[in-house]
Amino acid sequence: MDLFKMFSKNDNSKDIAKERLKLVLIHDRANVSPQFLEMIKGEILSVISDYMEIDEEGLEIKLTRTKRDVDGASVPALVANIPIRKMKDERKF
Amino acid sequence: MGEVIVITSGKGGVGKTTTTANIGAGLSMEGKSTVLVDADIGLRNLDVVMGLENRIVYDLVDVVEGVCRLRQALIKDKRYPNLYLLPAAQTKDKNAVTPKQMQELTSELVKEFDYVIVDCPAGIEQGFKNAIAGASKALVVTTPEVSAVRDADRIIGLLEANGLKNPQLIINRLRVDMVKRGDMMNIDDMIDILAIELIGVVPDDEHIIVSTNRGEPAVSNNESMAGQAYRNIVKRILGEDIPFMNLESDQGFITKLAKMFGFVKKK
Ligand SMILES: Nc1ncnc2c1ncn2[C@@H]1O[C@H](COP(=O)(O)OP(=O)(O)OP(=O)(O)O)[C@@H](O)[C@H]1O
Ligand SMILES: [Mg+2]
Repeated sequence: MDLFKMFSKNDNSKDIAKERLKLVLIHDRANVSPQFLEMIKGEILSVISDYMEIDEEGLEIKLTRTKRDVDGASVPALVANIPIRKMKDERKF
Repeated sequence: MGEVIVITSGKGGVGKTTTTANIGAGLSMEGKSTVLVDADIGLRNLDVVMGLENRIVYDLVDVVEGVCRLRQALIKDKRYPNLYLLPAAQTKDKNAVTPKQMQELTSELVKEFDYVIVDCPAGIEQGFKNAIAGASKALVVTTPEVSAVRDADRIIGLLEANGLKNPQLIINRLRVDMVKRGDMMNIDDMIDILAIELIGVVPDDEHIIVSTNRGEPAVSNNESMAGQAYRNIVKRILGEDIPFMNLESDQGFITKLAKMFGFVKKK
């Protein structure tokens, strides 16, 4: 019985629904394949890595929706989370 | 000059027609002259939900094709002051009308009515394009289910791409008992995902089925929880600031909602 309880506790179906939805909407919204996002990721990475050292493992790029400041309209947004390890040699700039 | 509001959803069967009927009757109860336009050509339903099916002579396609004048096709609801229905054609298909014709039609209606409420068919095809053509505001109906929310998201994108900025969300058929045990997405979950403004939450309520059986919108039933929810939505459409219960702590919100609807007894 205890085992069953434990199982059903972790099995909060609305959290599963929400997670699945979030993933599927990323691609619906972009109307592009996951490969396309990977491509963008690669190019952003190659530009930025000229200037700083990036934690490639922690790099996250996703499409979401956000409220636009001027009028509060909901617009698509490309959100990139790029953890920086350290800046590269400043003398280069 | 009135306002043209389209009721959309993407996914079928989530409650567009029910919402249209109740908002229409509710606006009329608030003293606003209102016309409901059934844009679901070929799958006419708003007439039976409103209980007006026996009074149809002409329909929307007749008007567009010039078979009759617009006024002749409008059915007056005898129970509500200043409420009219423009029924869809049942024997034609969606391609019998173009977006331009719909725009002309609604622009005629909006000269004479405070509110023109358009019931959109399911899907994203021609029928959807027709329904949104003349609208200046859109309400998106969804149920708290993965497929309905996904389709709502798609519709929100299409509405915005068609110049209908800031659509507002109606969450329909919410079950407080399921939300409480974590088996249904809650209001915050859905706003979080869809990122649009909420205009109302309608509980799953058997009064809806009973009132649809009778052809009498639930909005005029004081016993019905869904009826109360529709009365609140109508007031928000009219610009009244009907407060939402505390949305910050979801627990608190759901408990309050449950209390308001009488699901849990005060301890
Ligand atoms: N809040 C509610 N509680 C209980 N039943 C509901 C509720 N809202 C809608 N329903 C029921 O769900 C069914 C579908 O509703 P409705 O016809 O309004 O959906 P729709 O979105 O217009 O469908 P379609 O896409 O086919 O036009 C109906 O049987 C209706 O009575
Ligand atoms: Mg319908």
